[in-house]
Amino acid sequence: MDPKRTHDGPVLELRAVSKEFAAHQAVSEVSLEVPRGSFFSLVGPSGCGKTTLLRLIAGFETPTTGEVWLSGQRIDHLPPYQRNVNTVFQSYALFPHLTVAGNVAFGLRGDDTSTRVARALDQLQLTGKESRRPDQLSGGERQRVALARALVMEPELLLLDEPLSALDPLLRKQVRAELRDLQKRVGITFLFVTHDQEEALALSDTIAVMDKSRVEQVGPPREVYCRPRTRFVANFLGPMNWIGNIGVRPESVRLASDGRPAVVTNVVYLGSVMHVEARLETGEGIIAQVAPDQAPEAGMGVHVKWSTEDEVRLP
Amino acid sequence: MKIRNVFLAPGAILSIVTMVVPLAIVGIYSLLSRGAYGGVELPWALENYTRLFDPLYALIFLKSVWIAAIATALCLLLGFPLALFIARSGPRKNLWLALVILPFWTSFLIRTYGWMFLLRDTGLINTILIGAGLIREPLPLLYNDGAVILGLVYGYLPFMVLPLYATLERLDARLLEAAADLGARPWESLRRVTLPLCAGGIRAGAILVFVPCLGTYLTSDLLGGSKTVLIGNLVQNQFTASRDWPFGAASSLLLMAVAMLLLMAAKRKGEELL
Amino acid sequence: MRRALPIYAVFAYAFLHVPLLVLGIFSFNASRFTVWQGFSLDWYRAVVADHDLVESAANSLVIAIVSTVLATIVGTMAAYALWKRGSAWVSGSLYLSLVTPEIVTGVSLLAMFQWIFRYLNLRLGMHTVILAHVGFSLAYVVVVVLARLRGFDPSLEEAAMDLGATEFGAFWRVTLPYLIPAIAAAGMLAFTVSIDDYVITSLVAGIDSQTLPMTIYAMARRGVSPELNAVSTIVVVALGAFVLLSERLRTR
Repeated sequence: MDPKRTHDGPVLELRAVSKEFAAHQAVSEVSLEVPRGSFFSLVGPSGCGKTTLLRLIAGFETPTTGEVWLSGQRIDHLPPYQRNVNTVFQSYALFPHLTVAGNVAFGLRGDDTSTRVARALDQLQLTGKESRRPDQLSGGERQRVALARALVMEPELLLLDEPLSALDPLLRKQVRAELRDLQKRVGITFLFVTHDQEEALALSDTIAVMDKSRVEQVGPPREVYCRPRTRFVANFLGPMNWIGNIGVRPESVRLASDGRPAVVTNVVYLGSVMHVEARLETGEGIIAQVAPDQAPEAGMGVHVKWSTEDEVRLP
Repeated sequence: MKIRNVFLAPGAILSIVTMVVPLAIVGIYSLLSRGAYGGVELPWALENYTRLFDPLYALIFLKSVWIAAIATALCLLLGFPLALFIARSGPRKNLWLALVILPFWTSFLIRTYGWMFLLRDTGLINTILIGAGLIREPLPLLYNDGAVILGLVYGYLPFMVLPLYATLERLDARLLEAAADLGARPWESLRRVTLPLCAGGIRAGAILVFVPCLGTYLTSDLLGGSKTVLIGNLVQNQFTASRDWPFGAASSLLLMAVAMLLLMAAKRKGEELL
Repeated sequence: MRRALPIYAVFAYAFLHVPLLVLGIFSFNASRFTVWQGFSLDWYRAVVADHDLVESAANSLVIAIVSTVLATIVGTMAAYALWKRGSAWVSGSLYLSLVTPEIVTGVSLLAMFQWIFRYLNLRLGMHTVILAHVGFSLAYVVVVVLARLRGFDPSLEEAAMDLGATEFGAFWRVTLPYLIPAIAAAGMLAFTVSIDDYVITSLVAGIDSQTLPMTIYAMARRGVSPELNAVSTIVVVALGAFVLLSERLRTR
């Protein structure tokens, strides 16, 4: 079949990759491995370097130091058009002068182009829209064309640069699910960049959390969420209660008669749950999560409890 | 980056060869002396520049500046209401704009000739006036400074109208509504809100008109006759009939210098042409 | 003011168009004098029969077409290069050619050519005129194409390269199609500027390269004549039609 597929190891390997611009250091000593066939997310706040890292992998930037390996071959010196990596751009970057079919066929050469284009369009439910132009499509349709255009190339690795950020919240959740299904069906490794931690947790097999040009932690969602290795990772992936060195998530904190005493300062209705903000007798603030019908009122005295298994200890 | 250098090369070479090198040569010539059979030869001399201070030539320069200034002022006076009209003309804006631009797209030379036809002693204007019995002798409308100014205004009016229109078009109508809300009547709004906000367009238009007017050759030659000698005519003369290239070179550079000074004075931070 | 403006506009537009309209009307005048004495096509017949005039018109066309093609190609390439990464030298030189008075450009080119001709056995002729025209048209082309490029999303080229196109391939297949309207507009601009140029051309033309503006100027110098009216009308109508047609094609 495909000679590339005989490589066993990770599809992407970054070895101590750094990128320095004139004004600042965008990426510092990043090393990671992306397992073949997985959905891998790169999360972090704006400015953390994730977009630069993506561009380094795609080939639009060259590393200042370090190496980029794709399926056992070094690619960091190769231009983008010689790498078996394709990108779905944040703005989709559809060619305005070409039709949907023209866009999807752009990177293809050979006799089987039209078959492959038809198959890709079918995979993304775009059949029937071949002769439309990008400005005649909805946002969701444009994204699917961008996906089809990249996937038809059958890359070893698909890079997605914040693909959901342009969509409204309702559409976002729907497309999220479709992306996950697509990845499983097609089997290609997805490298997904986002600043939305919820998305990353929901979609990924593995998450890498970045902050200030460095990768802070890599691991499966559950591990990164429940066993964060730094305060930043803990705080970034969700709200966290800190009492000295001990961290515990609000959803792990319940109201129980045998807990520590606290006074309720505020109660926040979140629809599916209630967050009860309280002050411990030792002065720290704490947030507990309860069902909406069991919420106390501000000013009341309560007792908060959590299990030590849910604790995280970080300096 | 490679494609960028390959693509830039022809244009860079061409531009330098047709612009920078010739000007450098003119610069060098301006410091040499007039050759026996035209052209230039050694020794080096500064007298071409000192000669420019001679009252005869100084007068020519001052007159050129004066005429260019009047022409520019007239263009502004006549062009602003026209630009205002177009900006406020509603859905047919493009038509009115096209009617201003269209004559400009035809030949400048022919447009200048058109005024010859109208202004000369046996031209249309005089023929009509005499025929209507309003005058007995033809008015000397052609071959004077006035005709030159008229020709310049006619020729360069679109250069003033276009930037003014562009600025007026971008003007937020809500500002005028706010002014009216605060009690300003139309003329006052024009004076206190519209005009100040058009400063950029006025500056651009003034420069686009003044610099070519300063260096005009055709208009003064055809419409001014032998009486109106401006810098452009002087320079042309030195390089052809008079065969005094070094002096012509010095005059050219002075003209360039004045134009550059004006452009630098008018440039504000952040404005870019290229 | 609402009423004053349109009234003023009428006069302003009359001022702008009357000279050309008058020339057109009187080109059909049977008489030489500025009094209407009947309709006639005599002057047009005279124009067509004037060999020197027709030859100069042909020269002008050749010069305009050649210089436009060259200036448009070179200028588009330069604009693209400047868009990717600016160059103060080149931008400065192009800016200089836009703001230098024509007479100065003309004499300086003449000086350079004469200096070159001391070492090469050449004379002024069509080639010097074409070179001069390409020189001053270049800046116009760059300005027009660069303006269009500023509205172009660079990630489109990246997407093309991502999909396997080389840098040139990305330019050729994605950027160039986007630029076509601007290139057409620039070409039109370069053509009209070239065809109408008198000052620079007259200084660098040789004996065998008379252009139409030079012929018209010589006729105008001799005074008003109905043949000149006829030539003027032909030129104005032809250029006007060309501009309108190009606009129509461009914005289709």
